[in-house]
Amino acid sequence: MVELVSVLKTMAVSQVQSYPDWLAQLFGFIGVSLPDDFLLFQWAVILFTAIAIVGQAAVVFMVLMERKVLAWLTQRIGPNRVGPFGLLQTLADGVKLLFKEDIMTRDQDKLLFTLGPALFFLPCFVVYALIPFTSELLAIALPTGALLFFALSSISVIGIVISGWASNNKYSLLGGMRSAAQAISYEIPLVLAVLAVVLYAGTMNIRDIIEMQNNGAFGFPFGFISWFSIWLFPLSFIIFFISSIAEVNRIPFDLPEAESELVSGYNTEYTGMKFATFFLAEYAALFAMGALTVCFFFGGYYSPLGGLLSETLKIDVILQSLIGIDGFAGLVRQLEMISWMMLKTYIFIFVAMWIRGSLPRLKPDELMGFSWKFLIPLSLINIFMIAIQKYWHVTSDLTFGLAWAAVLVLGVGGFCVMMSRHFTAKLEERFKPALT
Amino acid sequence: MSHMYLTGFPLLILLLAFAGVMPFLLMTIAQIVQFKAPGKGKYTTYESGMEPFGDARIQFDVKFYMYALLFIVFDIETVFLFPWAITYGNLELDSMAFMGMLLVEMTIFIGILLVGLIYAFRRDALKWQ
Repeated sequence: MVELVSVLKTMAVSQVQSYPDWLAQLFGFIGVSLPDDFLLFQWAVILFTAIAIVGQAAVVFMVLMERKVLAWLTQRIGPNRVGPFGLLQTLADGVKLLFKEDIMTRDQDKLLFTLGPALFFLPCFVVYALIPFTSELLAIALPTGALLFFALSSISVIGIVISGWASNNKYSLLGGMRSAAQAISYEIPLVLAVLAVVLYAGTMNIRDIIEMQNNGAFGFPFGFISWFSIWLFPLSFIIFFISSIAEVNRIPFDLPEAESELVSGYNTEYTGMKFATFFLAEYAALFAMGALTVCFFFGGYYSPLGGLLSETLKIDVILQSLIGIDGFAGLVRQLEMISWMMLKTYIFIFVAMWIRGSLPRLKPDELMGFSWKFLIPLSLINIFMIAIQKYWHVTSDLTFGLAWAAVLVLGVGGFCVMMSRHFTAKLEERFKPALT
Repeated sequence: MSHMYLTGFPLLILLLAFAGVMPFLLMTIAQIVQFKAPGKGKYTTYESGMEPFGDARIQFDVKFYMYALLFIVFDIETVFLFPWAITYGNLELDSMAFMGMLLVEMTIFIGILLVGLIYAFRRDALKWQ
Protein backbone atom coordinates (compact mmCIF):
# COMPACT_ATOMS: atom_id res chain seq x y z
CA MET A 1 0.00 0.00 0.00
CA VAL A 2 2.79 2.40 0.94
CA GLU A 3 4.60 1.43 -2.22
CA LEU A 4 1.49 2.14 -4.26
CA VAL A 5 1.18 5.60 -2.73
CA SER A 6 4.82 6.37 -3.47
CA VAL A 7 4.41 5.17 -7.05
CA LEU A 8 1.35 7.39 -7.45
CA LYS A 9 3.29 10.34 -6.03
CA THR A 10 6.13 9.77 -8.47
CA MET A 11 3.60 9.63 -11.27
CA ALA A 12 1.96 12.84 -10.14
CA VAL A 13 5.30 14.63 -10.05
CA SER A 14 6.26 13.29 -13.45
CA GLN A 15 2.99 14.56 -14.90
CA VAL A 16 3.82 18.16 -14.16
CA GLN A 17 3.87 20.01 -17.43
CA SER A 18 5.69 23.28 -17.00
CA TYR A 19 3.93 26.36 -18.32
CA PRO A 20 5.78 28.43 -20.91
CA ASP A 21 7.77 31.55 -20.01
CA TRP A 22 5.75 33.91 -22.18
CA LEU A 23 2.61 33.01 -20.26
CA ALA A 24 4.26 34.00 -16.99
CA GLN A 25 5.40 37.27 -18.55
CA LEU A 26 1.94 38.04 -19.91
CA PHE A 27 0.38 37.33 -16.52
CA GLY A 28 3.06 39.51 -14.96
CA PHE A 29 1.99 42.40 -17.20
CA ILE A 30 -1.58 42.36 -15.92
CA GLY A 31 -0.24 42.25 -12.37
CA VAL A 32 -0.69 38.57 -11.58
CA SER A 33 2.49 36.76 -10.68
CA LEU A 34 2.23 33.05 -11.22
CA PRO A 35 3.26 31.07 -8.13
CA ASP A 36 6.09 28.60 -8.34
CA ASP A 37 3.67 25.78 -7.75
CA PHE A 38 1.52 26.88 -10.69
CA LEU A 39 1.79 23.38 -11.86
CA LEU A 40 -0.36 20.64 -13.09
CA PHE A 41 -3.85 21.75 -12.20
CA GLN A 42 -3.94 25.40 -13.23
CA TRP A 43 -2.06 24.86 -16.47
CA ALA A 44 -4.30 21.90 -17.17
CA VAL A 45 -7.42 24.04 -16.69
CA ILE A 46 -6.09 26.71 -19.05
CA LEU A 47 -5.19 24.12 -21.66
CA PHE A 48 -8.51 22.33 -21.25
CA THR A 49 -10.52 25.53 -21.67
CA ALA A 50 -8.54 26.50 -24.74
CA ILE A 51 -8.93 23.07 -26.36
CA ALA A 52 -12.66 22.91 -25.57
CA ILE A 53 -13.24 26.40 -27.01
CA VAL A 54 -11.17 25.71 -30.12
CA GLY A 55 -12.95 22.40 -30.66
CA GLN A 56 -16.48 23.69 -30.23
CA ALA A 57 -15.88 26.82 -32.30
CA ALA A 58 -14.36 24.71 -35.07
CA VAL A 59 -17.41 22.45 -35.16
CA VAL A 60 -19.93 25.30 -35.14
CA PHE A 61 -18.07 27.00 -37.97
CA MET A 62 -17.75 23.78 -39.97
CA VAL A 63 -21.50 23.17 -40.09
CA LEU A 64 -22.05 26.58 -41.64
CA MET A 65 -19.07 26.11 -43.95
CA GLU A 66 -20.47 22.80 -45.20
CA ARG A 67 -23.81 24.40 -46.07
CA LYS A 68 -22.15 27.35 -47.76
CA VAL A 69 -19.74 25.18 -49.75
CA LEU A 70 -22.50 22.80 -50.88
CA ALA A 71 -24.63 25.78 -51.82
CA TRP A 72 -21.77 27.23 -53.80
CA LEU A 73 -21.14 23.92 -55.58
CA THR A 74 -24.80 23.61 -56.56
CA GLN A 75 -25.16 27.30 -57.46
CA ARG A 76 -27.31 28.33 -54.57
CA ILE A 77 -26.76 31.07 -51.99
CA GLY A 78 -26.93 29.06 -48.80
CA PRO A 79 -27.90 30.34 -45.35
CA ASN A 80 -27.69 34.14 -45.27
CA ARG A 81 -30.52 35.33 -43.02
CA VAL A 82 -29.38 34.81 -39.43
CA GLY A 83 -26.60 37.24 -38.58
CA PRO A 84 -24.10 38.69 -41.07
CA PHE A 85 -23.54 36.22 -43.94
CA GLY A 86 -25.59 33.67 -41.99
CA LEU A 87 -22.87 33.31 -39.38
CA LEU A 88 -25.31 32.64 -36.56
CA GLN A 89 -27.28 30.03 -38.50
CA THR A 90 -25.71 27.10 -36.64
CA LEU A 91 -26.46 28.65 -33.25
CA ALA A 92 -30.05 29.24 -34.31
CA ASP A 93 -30.34 25.63 -35.43
CA GLY A 94 -28.89 24.49 -32.13
CA VAL A 95 -31.46 26.49 -30.16
CA LYS A 96 -34.22 25.11 -32.38
CA LEU A 97 -33.08 21.54 -31.73
CA LEU A 98 -32.90 22.25 -28.01
CA PHE A 99 -36.62 23.12 -27.93
CA LYS A 100 -37.70 20.23 -30.14
CA GLU A 101 -39.63 17.43 -28.56
CA ASP A 102 -37.59 14.38 -27.69
CA ILE A 103 -39.67 11.51 -29.04
CA MET A 104 -39.12 7.96 -27.84
CA THR A 105 -41.28 5.34 -29.47
CA ARG A 106 -42.93 2.49 -27.58
CA ASP A 107 -40.72 -0.38 -28.68
CA GLN A 108 -37.36 1.20 -28.05
CA ASP A 109 -34.75 0.21 -25.54
CA LYS A 110 -34.88 3.47 -23.56
CA LEU A 111 -31.51 3.18 -21.83
CA LEU A 112 -29.49 2.22 -24.90
CA PHE A 113 -31.35 4.77 -27.01
CA THR A 114 -30.03 7.52 -24.72
CA LEU A 115 -26.61 5.95 -24.31
CA GLY A 116 -25.94 5.60 -28.04
CA PRO A 117 -25.46 9.29 -28.95
CA ALA A 118 -23.39 9.87 -25.81
CA LEU A 119 -21.11 6.96 -26.64
CA PHE A 120 -20.74 8.27 -30.18
CA PHE A 121 -19.96 11.76 -28.90
CA LEU A 122 -17.40 10.74 -26.26
CA PRO A 123 -14.45 9.50 -28.39
CA CYS A 124 -14.99 12.16 -31.05
CA PHE A 125 -14.18 14.87 -28.51
CA VAL A 126 -11.62 13.03 -26.38
CA VAL A 127 -9.29 12.69 -29.36
CA TYR A 128 -8.89 16.48 -29.28
CA ALA A 129 -6.55 15.86 -26.35
CA LEU A 130 -4.09 14.25 -28.75
CA ILE A 131 -4.09 16.89 -31.48
CA PRO A 132 -1.25 19.41 -31.20
CA PHE A 133 -2.86 22.72 -32.15
CA THR A 134 0.41 24.50 -31.37
CA SER A 135 3.60 23.32 -29.71
CA GLU A 136 2.09 24.36 -26.33
CA LEU A 137 -1.66 23.93 -26.87
CA LEU A 138 -1.57 20.17 -26.59
CA ALA A 139 -3.11 18.18 -23.77
CA ILE A 140 -0.84 15.16 -23.93
CA ALA A 141 2.38 14.70 -25.86
CA LEU A 142 1.93 10.98 -25.49
CA PRO A 143 4.69 8.66 -26.80
CA THR A 144 1.92 6.38 -28.11
CA GLY A 145 -0.31 9.20 -29.33
CA ALA A 146 -0.97 7.92 -32.85
CA LEU A 147 -2.02 4.52 -31.57
CA LEU A 148 -4.24 5.95 -28.83
CA PHE A 149 -5.95 8.21 -31.36
CA PHE A 150 -7.16 5.27 -33.43
CA ALA A 151 -7.94 3.20 -30.37
CA LEU A 152 -10.25 5.98 -29.16
CA SER A 153 -11.79 6.95 -32.46
CA SER A 154 -12.74 3.36 -33.27
CA ILE A 155 -14.95 3.29 -30.17
CA SER A 156 -17.45 5.64 -31.80
CA VAL A 157 -18.78 2.90 -34.07
CA ILE A 158 -20.10 1.10 -30.98
CA GLY A 159 -22.31 4.13 -30.34
CA ILE A 160 -23.72 3.87 -33.87
CA VAL A 161 -24.41 0.15 -33.56
CA ILE A 162 -26.04 0.62 -30.15
CA SER A 163 -28.34 3.38 -31.39
CA GLY A 164 -29.21 1.37 -34.49
CA TRP A 165 -30.13 -1.63 -32.35
CA ALA A 166 -31.98 0.35 -29.66
CA SER A 167 -34.15 2.22 -32.17
CA ASN A 168 -35.97 -1.00 -33.09
CA ASN A 169 -36.36 0.35 -36.57
CA LYS A 170 -35.38 -1.65 -39.64
CA TYR A 171 -33.63 1.25 -41.31
CA SER A 172 -31.69 2.07 -38.16
CA LEU A 173 -30.57 -1.49 -37.61
CA LEU A 174 -29.37 -1.82 -41.21
CA GLY A 175 -27.56 1.49 -40.91
CA GLY A 176 -25.87 0.44 -37.70
CA MET A 177 -24.73 -2.91 -39.07
CA ARG A 178 -23.47 -1.35 -42.29
CA SER A 179 -21.61 1.22 -40.27
CA ALA A 180 -19.89 -1.49 -38.26
CA ALA A 181 -18.88 -3.38 -41.40
CA GLN A 182 -17.59 -0.22 -43.02
CA ALA A 183 -15.71 1.04 -39.98
CA ILE A 184 -13.86 -2.22 -39.44
CA SER A 185 -12.99 -2.49 -43.12
CA TYR A 186 -11.53 0.97 -43.45
CA GLU A 187 -9.79 1.06 -40.10
CA ILE A 188 -7.09 -1.35 -41.29
CA PRO A 189 -5.85 0.67 -44.29
CA LEU A 190 -6.11 3.82 -42.16
CA VAL A 191 -3.87 2.44 -39.42
CA LEU A 192 -1.52 0.79 -41.92
CA ALA A 193 -1.06 4.13 -43.69
CA VAL A 194 -0.17 5.71 -40.35
CA LEU A 195 2.16 2.79 -39.68
CA ALA A 196 4.21 3.83 -42.71
CA VAL A 197 4.61 7.30 -41.19
CA VAL A 198 5.50 5.81 -37.80
CA LEU A 199 7.98 3.51 -39.47
CA TYR A 200 9.75 6.38 -41.16
CA ALA A 201 9.63 8.77 -38.22
CA GLY A 202 10.54 6.09 -35.68
CA THR A 203 8.07 7.48 -33.16
CA MET A 204 4.34 7.40 -32.43
CA ASN A 205 4.37 10.77 -30.68
CA ILE A 206 2.34 13.11 -32.89
CA ARG A 207 4.33 16.18 -31.83
CA ASP A 208 7.64 14.47 -32.62
CA ILE A 209 6.31 13.48 -36.04
CA ILE A 210 5.50 17.14 -36.67
CA GLU A 211 8.91 18.27 -35.44
CA MET A 212 10.57 15.78 -37.82
CA GLN A 213 8.74 17.34 -40.74
CA ASN A 214 10.06 20.80 -40.01
CA ASN A 215 13.75 20.02 -40.24
CA GLY A 216 14.09 20.89 -43.90
CA ALA A 217 15.58 18.44 -46.36
CA PHE A 218 18.37 18.59 -48.98
CA GLY A 219 19.66 21.79 -47.40
CA PHE A 220 16.52 23.75 -48.33
CA PRO A 221 15.46 26.10 -45.56
CA PHE A 222 11.75 25.94 -46.36
CA GLY A 223 9.60 23.74 -44.21
CA PHE A 224 7.31 22.20 -46.80
CA ILE A 225 10.14 20.40 -48.60
CA SER A 226 10.38 17.85 -45.81
CA TRP A 227 6.65 17.32 -45.35
CA PHE A 228 5.91 13.62 -45.43
CA SER A 229 3.31 14.07 -48.14
CA ILE A 230 5.55 15.85 -50.62
CA TRP A 231 8.18 13.27 -51.44
CA LEU A 232 8.06 10.50 -48.88
CA PHE A 233 4.58 9.03 -48.88
CA PRO A 234 2.23 10.20 -51.60
CA LEU A 235 0.80 6.67 -51.52
CA SER A 236 0.19 6.53 -47.79
CA PHE A 237 -1.31 9.99 -47.86
CA ILE A 238 -3.81 8.94 -50.52
CA ILE A 239 -4.69 5.74 -48.62
CA PHE A 240 -5.03 7.70 -45.39
CA PHE A 241 -7.22 10.37 -46.91
CA ILE A 242 -9.61 7.93 -48.60
CA SER A 243 -9.90 5.77 -45.48
CA SER A 244 -10.38 8.76 -43.20
CA ILE A 245 -13.30 9.94 -45.31
CA ALA A 246 -14.74 6.44 -45.01
CA GLU A 247 -14.12 6.39 -41.26
CA VAL A 248 -16.13 9.54 -40.67
CA ASN A 249 -18.97 8.18 -42.85
CA ARG A 250 -19.04 10.86 -45.48
CA ILE A 251 -20.04 10.72 -49.12
CA PRO A 252 -19.00 8.70 -51.17
CA PHE A 253 -18.80 6.29 -48.22
CA ASP A 254 -21.94 7.34 -46.32
CA LEU A 255 -23.81 4.04 -46.56
CA PRO A 256 -24.75 4.02 -42.84
CA GLU A 257 -27.01 7.00 -43.40
CA ALA A 258 -27.77 6.69 -47.08
CA GLU A 259 -30.87 8.87 -47.29
CA SER A 260 -32.07 7.48 -50.60
CA GLU A 261 -32.34 3.91 -49.31
CA LEU A 262 -32.24 3.94 -45.49
CA VAL A 263 -34.14 7.21 -44.78
CA SER A 264 -31.27 8.41 -42.60
CA GLY A 265 -29.79 5.19 -41.26
CA TYR A 266 -28.92 4.88 -37.63
CA ASN A 267 -30.39 8.26 -36.64
CA THR A 268 -33.81 7.80 -38.26
CA GLU A 269 -35.59 7.69 -34.90
CA TYR A 270 -33.60 10.45 -33.24
CA THR A 271 -35.04 13.89 -32.65
CA GLY A 272 -34.12 17.03 -30.79
CA MET A 273 -30.98 17.17 -28.72
CA LYS A 274 -30.06 13.52 -29.28
CA PHE A 275 -29.95 14.13 -33.00
CA ALA A 276 -27.90 17.27 -32.37
CA THR A 277 -25.41 15.19 -30.39
CA PHE A 278 -24.93 12.89 -33.38
CA PHE A 279 -24.59 15.87 -35.64
CA LEU A 280 -21.99 17.60 -33.45
CA ALA A 281 -19.97 14.43 -33.00
CA GLU A 282 -19.89 13.72 -36.73
CA TYR A 283 -18.41 17.12 -37.45
CA ALA A 284 -16.02 16.84 -34.51
CA ALA A 285 -14.75 13.56 -35.94
CA LEU A 286 -14.33 15.14 -39.36
CA PHE A 287 -12.31 17.98 -37.85
CA ALA A 288 -10.14 15.57 -35.87
CA MET A 289 -9.43 13.54 -39.00
CA GLY A 290 -8.52 16.65 -40.97
CA ALA A 291 -6.23 17.83 -38.19
CA LEU A 292 -4.57 14.43 -38.04
CA THR A 293 -3.99 14.42 -41.81
CA VAL A 294 -2.23 17.75 -41.40
CA CYS A 295 -0.17 16.47 -38.47
CA PHE A 296 1.01 13.32 -40.21
CA PHE A 297 1.54 14.53 -43.74
CA PHE A 298 1.53 18.33 -43.93
CA GLY A 299 3.81 19.57 -41.18
CA GLY A 300 1.18 20.19 -38.51
CA TYR A 301 1.35 23.61 -36.92
CA TYR A 302 4.45 24.71 -38.86
CA SER A 303 4.30 27.18 -41.65
CA PRO A 304 5.06 25.94 -45.19
CA LEU A 305 7.57 28.78 -45.31
CA GLY A 306 9.61 27.27 -42.50
CA GLY A 307 10.78 29.83 -39.99
CA LEU A 308 10.41 32.71 -42.45
CA LEU A 309 7.99 34.80 -40.43
CA SER A 310 9.25 34.35 -36.90
CA GLU A 311 12.92 33.41 -37.33
CA THR A 312 14.06 35.31 -40.42
CA LEU A 313 11.78 38.35 -40.43
CA LYS A 314 11.34 38.30 -36.63
CA ILE A 315 7.76 39.54 -36.86
CA ASP A 316 7.01 38.43 -33.31
CA VAL A 317 9.90 40.44 -31.83
CA ILE A 318 8.96 43.50 -33.90
CA LEU A 319 5.36 43.30 -32.71
CA GLN A 320 6.52 42.88 -29.13
CA SER A 321 8.71 45.98 -29.32
CA LEU A 322 5.83 47.93 -30.92
CA ILE A 323 3.35 46.97 -28.22
CA GLY A 324 5.81 46.86 -25.38
CA ILE A 325 4.58 43.86 -23.41
CA ASP A 326 7.08 41.20 -22.40
CA GLY A 327 6.06 37.76 -23.53
CA PHE A 328 3.95 39.08 -26.42
CA ALA A 329 6.34 37.49 -28.93
CA GLY A 330 5.57 34.07 -27.48
CA LEU A 331 1.85 34.71 -27.86
CA VAL A 332 2.35 35.82 -31.47
CA ARG A 333 4.30 32.66 -32.24
CA GLN A 334 1.53 30.53 -30.76
CA LEU A 335 -1.10 32.42 -32.75
CA GLU A 336 0.90 31.94 -35.93
CA MET A 337 1.11 28.21 -35.25
CA ILE A 338 -2.59 27.79 -34.57
CA SER A 339 -3.44 29.85 -37.65
CA TRP A 340 -1.39 27.59 -39.91
CA MET A 341 -2.84 24.51 -38.25
CA MET A 342 -6.42 25.72 -38.72
CA LEU A 343 -5.79 26.91 -42.27
CA LYS A 344 -4.38 23.55 -43.36
CA THR A 345 -7.06 21.59 -41.52
CA TYR A 346 -9.83 23.62 -43.13
CA ILE A 347 -8.29 23.05 -46.54
CA PHE A 348 -8.75 19.31 -46.00
CA ILE A 349 -12.23 19.77 -44.63
CA PHE A 350 -13.03 21.83 -47.72
CA VAL A 351 -11.73 19.01 -49.93
CA ALA A 352 -13.99 16.56 -48.04
CA MET A 353 -16.97 18.86 -48.67
CA TRP A 354 -15.98 19.24 -52.31
CA ILE A 355 -15.94 15.45 -52.63
CA ARG A 356 -19.38 15.36 -51.04
CA GLY A 357 -20.63 17.82 -53.61
CA SER A 358 -19.12 15.93 -56.53
CA LEU A 359 -19.24 12.17 -56.13
CA PRO A 360 -22.14 9.69 -56.05
CA ARG A 361 -22.50 7.06 -53.34
CA LEU A 362 -20.83 3.66 -53.73
CA LYS A 363 -22.64 0.34 -53.72
CA PRO A 364 -22.05 -1.80 -50.58
CA ASP A 365 -20.12 -4.51 -52.45
CA GLU A 366 -17.95 -1.91 -54.16
CA LEU A 367 -17.33 -0.25 -50.83
CA MET A 368 -16.18 -3.40 -49.07
CA GLY A 369 -14.25 -4.70 -52.08
CA PHE A 370 -12.39 -1.43 -52.46
CA SER A 371 -11.02 -1.72 -48.95
CA TRP A 372 -10.25 -5.44 -48.79
CA LYS A 373 -9.11 -6.09 -52.34
CA PHE A 374 -7.39 -2.81 -53.10
CA LEU A 375 -6.52 -0.59 -50.15
CA ILE A 376 -5.26 -3.23 -47.71
CA PRO A 377 -2.84 -4.97 -50.13
CA LEU A 378 -1.74 -1.56 -51.35
CA SER A 379 -1.00 -0.32 -47.86
CA LEU A 380 0.97 -3.48 -47.03
CA ILE A 381 3.07 -2.92 -50.17
CA ASN A 382 3.51 0.69 -49.12
CA ILE A 383 4.90 -0.39 -45.76
CA PHE A 384 7.50 -2.53 -47.50
CA MET A 385 8.49 0.31 -49.78
CA ILE A 386 9.00 2.58 -46.79
CA ALA A 387 10.91 -0.15 -44.93
CA ILE A 388 13.31 -0.66 -47.84
CA GLN A 389 13.73 3.08 -48.24
CA LYS A 390 14.52 3.31 -44.54
CA TYR A 391 17.00 0.45 -44.89
CA TRP A 392 18.86 2.31 -47.65
CA HIS A 393 18.68 5.50 -45.64
CA VAL A 394 20.29 3.94 -42.57
CA THR A 395 22.74 1.42 -43.99
CA SER A 396 23.41 2.63 -47.56
CA ASP A 397 23.72 -1.07 -48.37
CA LEU A 398 22.20 -1.28 -51.83
CA THR A 399 22.74 -4.96 -52.64
CA PHE A 400 20.49 -6.44 -50.00
CA GLY A 401 17.86 -3.79 -50.50
CA LEU A 402 17.83 -4.24 -54.27
CA ALA A 403 17.58 -8.01 -53.97
CA TRP A 404 14.73 -7.64 -51.51
CA ALA A 405 13.01 -5.07 -53.70
CA ALA A 406 13.26 -7.48 -56.66
CA VAL A 407 11.64 -10.26 -54.63
CA LEU A 408 8.86 -7.90 -53.60
CA VAL A 409 8.36 -6.60 -57.13
CA LEU A 410 7.88 -10.18 -58.31
CA GLY A 411 5.38 -10.83 -55.54
CA VAL A 412 3.53 -7.59 -56.13
CA GLY A 413 3.55 -8.16 -59.88
CA GLY A 414 2.03 -11.59 -59.41
CA PHE A 415 -0.58 -10.13 -57.14
CA CYS A 416 -1.43 -7.39 -59.63
CA VAL A 417 -1.80 -9.91 -62.46
CA MET A 418 -4.11 -11.98 -60.29
CA MET A 419 -6.20 -8.96 -59.33
CA SER A 420 -6.46 -7.68 -62.88
CA ARG A 421 -7.65 -11.13 -64.05
CA HIS A 422 -10.24 -11.11 -61.27
CA PHE A 423 -11.55 -7.67 -62.14
CA THR A 424 -11.58 -8.40 -65.88
CA ALA A 425 -13.64 -11.52 -65.22
CA LYS A 426 -15.99 -9.49 -63.05
CA LEU A 427 -16.41 -6.81 -65.72
CA GLU A 428 -17.08 -9.43 -68.40
CA GLU A 429 -19.67 -11.01 -66.15
CA ARG A 430 -21.34 -7.66 -65.60
CA PHE A 431 -21.45 -6.72 -69.28
CA LYS A 432 -22.27 -10.17 -70.64
CA PRO A 433 -25.97 -9.40 -71.23
CA ALA A 434 -25.03 -6.27 -73.12
CA LEU A 435 -22.42 -8.04 -75.25
CA THR A 436 -24.56 -10.98 -76.31
CA MET B 1 11.15 5.13 -16.92
CA SER B 2 7.83 3.33 -16.91
CA HIS B 3 5.98 6.44 -15.85
CA MET B 4 7.03 8.42 -18.93
CA TYR B 5 4.15 6.80 -20.79
CA LEU B 6 1.68 8.40 -18.37
CA THR B 7 2.63 12.04 -18.80
CA GLY B 8 -0.33 14.35 -18.88
CA PHE B 9 -3.07 11.81 -18.27
CA PRO B 10 -5.04 14.02 -15.81
CA LEU B 11 -5.90 16.34 -18.68
CA LEU B 12 -7.11 13.40 -20.74
CA ILE B 13 -9.33 12.39 -17.84
CA LEU B 14 -10.65 15.97 -17.64
CA LEU B 15 -11.54 15.92 -21.35
CA LEU B 16 -13.02 12.45 -20.92
CA ALA B 17 -15.26 13.74 -18.14
CA PHE B 18 -16.24 16.77 -20.24
CA ALA B 19 -17.10 14.67 -23.27
CA GLY B 20 -18.91 12.11 -21.14
CA VAL B 21 -21.03 14.60 -19.23
CA MET B 22 -21.81 17.10 -22.00
CA PRO B 23 -24.28 15.04 -24.07
CA PHE B 24 -26.21 14.05 -20.94
CA LEU B 25 -26.19 17.67 -19.77
CA LEU B 26 -27.57 18.83 -23.13
CA MET B 27 -30.23 16.12 -23.11
CA THR B 28 -31.29 17.04 -19.57
CA ILE B 29 -31.58 20.71 -20.47
CA ALA B 30 -33.61 19.74 -23.53
CA GLN B 31 -35.90 17.60 -21.36
CA ILE B 32 -36.58 20.62 -19.14
CA VAL B 33 -37.14 23.30 -21.77
CA GLN B 34 -38.78 21.30 -24.55
CA PHE B 35 -42.40 21.63 -25.57
CA LYS B 36 -44.31 18.34 -25.47
CA ALA B 37 -47.28 17.72 -27.73
CA PRO B 38 -48.35 14.10 -27.42
CA GLY B 39 -50.04 12.64 -30.46
CA LYS B 40 -51.67 9.37 -31.38
CA GLY B 41 -49.29 8.12 -34.04
CA LYS B 42 -46.23 9.81 -32.69
CA TYR B 43 -44.87 7.00 -30.58
CA THR B 44 -44.84 4.26 -33.18
CA THR B 45 -41.72 3.26 -35.05
CA TYR B 46 -41.17 5.02 -38.37
CA GLU B 47 -41.63 2.75 -41.32
CA SER B 48 -42.32 5.03 -44.27
CA GLY B 49 -45.80 5.83 -43.04
CA MET B 50 -47.02 2.25 -42.74
CA GLU B 51 -47.98 0.40 -39.60
CA PRO B 52 -44.72 -1.30 -38.57
CA PHE B 53 -44.92 -5.06 -38.86
CA GLY B 54 -42.77 -7.52 -36.97
CA ASP B 55 -39.77 -6.82 -34.84
CA ALA B 56 -36.79 -5.03 -36.32
CA ARG B 57 -34.30 -7.19 -34.47
CA ILE B 58 -33.92 -9.94 -37.00
CA GLN B 59 -31.21 -12.47 -37.71
CA PHE B 60 -28.35 -11.02 -39.60
CA ASP B 61 -26.58 -12.09 -42.72
CA VAL B 62 -23.40 -14.10 -42.18
CA LYS B 63 -21.41 -11.81 -44.49
CA PHE B 64 -21.07 -9.24 -41.71
CA TYR B 65 -19.46 -11.83 -39.46
CA MET B 66 -17.04 -12.97 -42.16
CA TYR B 67 -15.72 -9.44 -42.42
CA ALA B 68 -15.55 -9.18 -38.64
CA LEU B 69 -13.45 -12.36 -38.46
CA LEU B 70 -11.06 -11.09 -41.10
CA PHE B 71 -10.90 -7.74 -39.34
CA ILE B 72 -9.79 -9.33 -36.08
CA VAL B 73 -6.91 -11.07 -37.86
CA PHE B 74 -5.74 -7.92 -39.57
CA ASP B 75 -6.26 -5.70 -36.57
CA ILE B 76 -4.04 -7.92 -34.45
CA GLU B 77 -1.52 -7.87 -37.27
CA THR B 78 -1.54 -4.07 -37.16
CA VAL B 79 -1.00 -4.09 -33.42
CA PHE B 80 1.98 -6.42 -33.89
CA LEU B 81 3.37 -4.20 -36.63
CA PHE B 82 3.57 -1.08 -34.45
CA PRO B 83 6.33 -2.32 -32.09
CA TRP B 84 8.16 -3.65 -35.12
CA ALA B 85 7.96 -0.24 -36.81
CA ILE B 86 9.26 1.55 -33.72
CA THR B 87 12.18 -0.88 -33.33
CA TYR B 88 12.98 -0.80 -37.02
CA GLY B 89 12.85 2.97 -37.16
CA ASN B 90 15.21 3.49 -34.23
CA LEU B 91 18.04 1.06 -35.04
CA GLU B 92 21.60 2.28 -34.89
CA LEU B 93 24.08 1.92 -37.70
CA ASP B 94 26.01 -0.94 -36.04
CA SER B 95 23.03 -3.26 -36.24
CA MET B 96 22.78 -3.45 -40.01
CA ALA B 97 22.48 -7.22 -40.10
CA PHE B 98 19.74 -7.04 -37.51
CA MET B 99 17.85 -4.55 -39.64
CA GLY B 100 17.94 -6.85 -42.65
CA MET B 101 16.75 -9.71 -40.47
CA LEU B 102 13.84 -7.62 -39.19
CA LEU B 103 12.84 -6.83 -42.77
CA VAL B 104 12.92 -10.50 -43.77
CA GLU B 105 10.99 -11.57 -40.69
CA MET B 106 8.28 -9.02 -41.26
CA THR B 107 7.96 -10.03 -44.91
CA ILE B 108 7.38 -13.62 -43.81
CA PHE B 109 4.80 -12.50 -41.23
CA ILE B 110 2.87 -10.32 -43.66
CA GLY B 111 3.30 -12.92 -46.39
CA ILE B 112 1.50 -15.54 -44.32
CA LEU B 113 -1.35 -13.11 -43.68
CA LEU B 114 -1.50 -12.12 -47.34
CA VAL B 115 -1.80 -15.79 -48.27
CA GLY B 116 -4.70 -15.93 -45.81
CA LEU B 117 -6.31 -12.92 -47.47
CA ILE B 118 -5.86 -14.44 -50.93
CA TYR B 119 -7.37 -17.70 -49.65
CA ALA B 120 -10.38 -15.85 -48.26
CA PHE B 121 -10.63 -14.00 -51.54
CA ARG B 122 -10.53 -17.20 -53.63
CA ARG B 123 -13.15 -18.83 -51.39
CA ASP B 124 -15.45 -15.84 -52.02
CA ALA B 125 -15.43 -14.76 -48.38
CA LEU B 126 -14.99 -11.17 -49.56
CA LYS B 127 -17.96 -11.38 -51.90
CA TRP B 128 -20.89 -9.23 -50.88
CA GLN B 129 -23.98 -10.96 -52.23
